[in-house]
Amino acid sequence: MATQQTQLLARTLLTPAVALLFIWMIVPLALTLYFATLHYNLLDPGSESFVGLENFRYFLTDPAFLASLQNTLVLVGSVLAITIVLGVPLALLLDQQVVGLSIVRLMVIAPFFVMPTVSALVWKNLLMHPVSGLFAWIAKLFGVPAIDWFNDAPLFSVILIISWQWLPFATLILLTALQSLDEEQKEAAEMDGARAVSTFIYITLPHLARPITVVILIETIFLLTVFAEIFVTTGGGPGLQTTNIAFLIYSQALIQYDVGSASAGGLVAVVLANIVAFFLVRIVGKNLEA
Amino acid sequence: MARMVTTQRKVISTAAAWLVGFLIFFPILWMVLASFKTELEAFAIPPSFLFFHWTTENYVTVQERSDYLHHALNSILIAGGSTLIAMLIAIPAAWSMAFSPTKRTKDILLWMLSTKMMPPVGVLVPIYLIYRDFGLLDTRTGLIFILCLGNLPIVIWMLFTYFKEIPKDILEAARMDGATIGRELVYVLTPMAIPGLASTLLLNLILAWNEAFWTLNLSTLEAAPLTTFIASYSSPEGLFWAKLSAASTLAIAPILVLGWFSQRQLVRGLTFGAVK
Repeated sequence: MATQQTQLLARTLLTPAVALLFIWMIVPLALTLYFATLHYNLLDPGSESFVGLENFRYFLTDPAFLASLQNTLVLVGSVLAITIVLGVPLALLLDQQVVGLSIVRLMVIAPFFVMPTVSALVWKNLLMHPVSGLFAWIAKLFGVPAIDWFNDAPLFSVILIISWQWLPFATLILLTALQSLDEEQKEAAEMDGARAVSTFIYITLPHLARPITVVILIETIFLLTVFAEIFVTTGGGPGLQTTNIAFLIYSQALIQYDVGSASAGGLVAVVLANIVAFFLVRIVGKNLEA
Repeated sequence: MARMVTTQRKVISTAAAWLVGFLIFFPILWMVLASFKTELEAFAIPPSFLFFHWTTENYVTVQERSDYLHHALNSILIAGGSTLIAMLIAIPAAWSMAFSPTKRTKDILLWMLSTKMMPPVGVLVPIYLIYRDFGLLDTRTGLIFILCLGNLPIVIWMLFTYFKEIPKDILEAARMDGATIGRELVYVLTPMAIPGLASTLLLNLILAWNEAFWTLNLSTLEAAPLTTFIASYSSPEGLFWAKLSAASTLAIAPILVLGWFSQRQLVRGLTFGAVK
């Protein structure tokens, strides 16, 4: 029985949140759009002038843009591949009968709760340091020359750290999905003589299709704007080797103070993220109806 | 009939799970161990795993030299403040959408979700300039405000999914008995909503505590929370690994504990209810 009064109340309660989010979405975005059409450098105040699409042309034809776009795609793609390829077997393993499962679960989920600056610095200094890191010591044990991770394979090193952070997330979601899989279905398949492999391919994997999609979409949204891990380990270098779009925009805005170009870059990032968001919103929306 | 699990299989999966779990957890364990070493032992080769001279001097030094508590307090105020304000705005909104849904509710929810998809770097420039002009750079207020807005969609979503599970019949029964909206809220809804409120609060504390884009870009010293403080160790001013480890251990310990309590809610909150 929704009376007019309750409807009014409902609307009043909803308004502050909607208004805030609306302002939060529109104002900065409109300003970004506006700045993107200006020649505007903080080091050169008073020289602001309208330049139309010049910043976009500059940003998109800048070799740094293509390099950082490529790094962004490699980073997102690799981390997705690693977390899912490792996450599926790990979730299957944790779905077995394991003694002390709750403790194992805690250990597996822990990296996700570590703040990005801490995980990046711990990996960089304690594990991957070319002289006194643990990996160097292990390499020495096996008589292999130690790898200078952040010089020889900088992007891979960043990918490794970020994968470690996101593997728990993928695993936890896949595990949650596995636990909702109907045991009887699997039993029936086994009774019919299905082998473990075919049970996995025909029953488990299709069941995981949806959670895997969700993991891909959500991770992509966060991975597209990875920042802190690059900021504290490589600072985008050497050269541009670990500069992703987010870091490129940051350096144009707050290191070179080129507001116009950074704004154009920001809009490019928004468009990229929206392509992913489009699919995620559709999936979540479908779920709302169910 | 339960599936037969042979002892052998159980032993193998237990061993495998513990091994993998240990490997994943190892970097954190290694950091905690390093925090109890002397600086010399922390980068010694070959490394010592357990048989080193255990010391707590790093924890003392970190506070004395770098005013650790100041940054910890910033983290608490910023994460706590932004979460509480977000809750205050979100509770009425989620309550209204869960209990008096209209035709547009679904669209509003999806729109809110889509604001979370906007990459922060896309609006870095205007936010930075606005903050500069209003004197909000490196202030706790500024960070509380931005983290609150950033997490608001997740808070509303989580609360919405929890509120929706409260059976409506109960409300109607309460209304039949003549309960006013106020009484209904206090005696019927609140007790049923508390688990959902608690989980939402917890997850968003964690997210705000670990947020490392806005905190790194908008704070330098005065308002710097632990994320920024730890990042300042990235510029090598000599060998500070043991101290870095001590500072890091302190920075993640409280959140690790909270996080372990809220694993289940994490899935739900971060997938916007798409995986339960």
